[in-house]
Amino acid sequence: MKITDTLRYASDAATGTPLRTGLLMLAMSIGVAAVVILTALGDGARRYVVGQFSAIGSNLVIVLPGRSETRGFNPANLVTSTPRDLTVDDASALLRVSGVLRISPVLIGTTEISAAGKLREAMMVGTNDDFIRVRQLKLGLGHFLSKGDLRHGAAEVVLGALIRQEIFGTENPLGKTVRIGDRRLRVVGVLTEGGSGMGMTTDELLIVPVATAQAMLNTNTLFRILVEARSREQIGEVKTRVLKMITQRHEGEEDVTVITQDAVLQTFDKILNVLTLGVAGIAAISLAVAGILVMNVMLVSVTQRTGEIGLLKALGATSAAVRQLFMVEAVLLSLTGGMLGTGLGYLGAAILRHLYPTFPAYPPLWAVLAGLGTALASGLIFGVMPARRAAQLDPIQALTKR
Amino acid sequence: MPEAAESLIVLNGIDRTFTLGDSKVHALRNVNLNIAPGEYIAVMGPSGSGKSTLLNLIGLLDRADAGTYQLEGRDVTTLDPDEQAKVRSERIGFIFQSFHLVPRLTAAANIELPLTLSGMPAAERAKRVSQALKEYGLTDRAQHRSNELSGGQRQRVAIARATILRPAVLLADEPTGNLDRVTGEEVVRLLEALNTQGMTLIVVTHDQALGARARRQIRMDDGSIVSDVTSKPSQPT
Ligand SMILES: Nc1ncnc2c1ncn2[C@@H]1O[C@H](COP(=O)(O)OP(=O)(O)O)[C@@H](O)[C@H]1O
Ligand SMILES: [Mg+2]
Repeated sequence: MKITDTLRYASDAATGTPLRTGLLMLAMSIGVAAVVILTALGDGARRYVVGQFSAIGSNLVIVLPGRSETRGFNPANLVTSTPRDLTVDDASALLRVSGVLRISPVLIGTTEISAAGKLREAMMVGTNDDFIRVRQLKLGLGHFLSKGDLRHGAAEVVLGALIRQEIFGTENPLGKTVRIGDRRLRVVGVLTEGGSGMGMTTDELLIVPVATAQAMLNTNTLFRILVEARSREQIGEVKTRVLKMITQRHEGEEDVTVITQDAVLQTFDKILNVLTLGVAGIAAISLAVAGILVMNVMLVSVTQRTGEIGLLKALGATSAAVRQLFMVEAVLLSLTGGMLGTGLGYLGAAILRHLYPTFPAYPPLWAVLAGLGTALASGLIFGVMPARRAAQLDPIQALTKR
Repeated sequence: MPEAAESLIVLNGIDRTFTLGDSKVHALRNVNLNIAPGEYIAVMGPSGSGKSTLLNLIGLLDRADAGTYQLEGRDVTTLDPDEQAKVRSERIGFIFQSFHLVPRLTAAANIELPLTLSGMPAAERAKRVSQALKEYGLTDRAQHRSNELSGGQRQRVAIARATILRPAVLLADEPTGNLDRVTGEEVVRLLEALNTQGMTLIVVTHDQALGARARRQIRMDDGSIVSDVTSKPSQPT
């Protein structure tokens, strides 16, 4: 039998039985689409959280005051139990550690901002000019804090987008003076809307020089120091050196905690991989269910056609020719169903992304391939297997079988 | 035994036993038969006497448990399944009581099926099919599916399909069983015309009148041939 004739016979068989073909397409496409959409959801959740964490900065090492409880018992800590504060000088010293690209001291406090007769409470961040790069923020207007001595703060402020809108509306705030706490500061820049990181929006922040903030809050301490390593590979070394430097400066006492975002990210990656696997598990179950559905439709329909197989053999078809006919038919049906399912799945994922633009619901390739592969395999196996068996019967057995 | 070389079909000691649960049914017991090319044979006998089983065996749709079967001087009982398929394709035409058309295919496509299966080029197939449609008066029914055809038309499609590759033997198992008298006559005349052209014809039938038209009548009972009569005097050879 010629391959074109085989193809035509097989496609006639598929289109000649619309109900069976329809059921099969339905089973196939639901199975594959479920896998694609569910894994898109799972992987989307993973990407979303990873993205949120990456927004803090890339090669970040964070210094927190206070010793982490996991470091074991040290008799020296019994003597001086109160940890030393993190200071601006500590921050400046870290700039000399090798492998450090830039640093940002951070001090946080709540305060009030008033201008043009409006007053509101806001979170104030005291930091330096590098903060915008370390935290990877974007400016909408003006410039960021000017470069300068950490101990002498200029009277300037950068506003979050929402604060700017509430105080100034559509008016240009650059160069205007606002009152923050008991000080008058000049607005030099405005952040773009929607900046975030560490689960906190930057829209409602006031960013001022660290010395200015310290003076306003009447403190010498820092909330933390952000250290950016030159490369991802150097994060580990930088972490060790930073800890050593601070310990040295604090008279040999290890009274700070140094964490890397890398460790946090890795932990989250692990958790989220488990999540994705879980979702893939659900998808696999739905695929198994669909596979069983495909199996039944195929088994029933091929068994119903045992008579046809007998007839083909009576007309002189070899067992191999019969097997080939049913194989091609199963391939056609499975491929079409699989494609349809993949299309539906991608469409579903696209709709999800359209509805929730911040949620990156892209199906991972491995899941799409696994889904397609399972659907194709079940369609093929259960389409070809009963046909093979029927083709091995004597023609009269196949013909009279009911 | 008569000279085997001149025979088309030689059956020797054929047994066929079916197992139903614990009991064994002897559908054929030690059947010996010799058929010359061009013969017209009617196989008769009560229901369950083994007529269909015999015909299926001759048509290579079934195989014997014991005995030998020679077709055109060749032992076909020992052929492998693919060689048997080739013999079915080229030398044997089979017609069933229930037509066995592929329902989703048109009359033309059903007739074309053996040609397609044999790998014949499409142009040649189209020629042969339209020729066959004309011969069997089915040209205006060519594009109809079997559910749009009458019983007589269905059986004509089946005959066209069975004979399109010009087999040596045409086997018909109660070909008129599902047809009314007039349509049945028509079908029988078609088969007889093919026999006149030289095709060996073996018809299984219940119908005495129909059986009487054959030159040679074989009567079966309980799996054995009980009589084998050739009415030589009345029919010139
Ligand atoms: N596939 C089968 N399985 C079991 N018994 C069968 C089978 N085919 C035929 N028989 C039995 O063999 C005997 C002969 O059947 P068959 O050749 O169909 O008779 P006929 O065609 O003369 O009516 C019957 O008893 C029938 O029941
Ligand atoms: Mg019968």
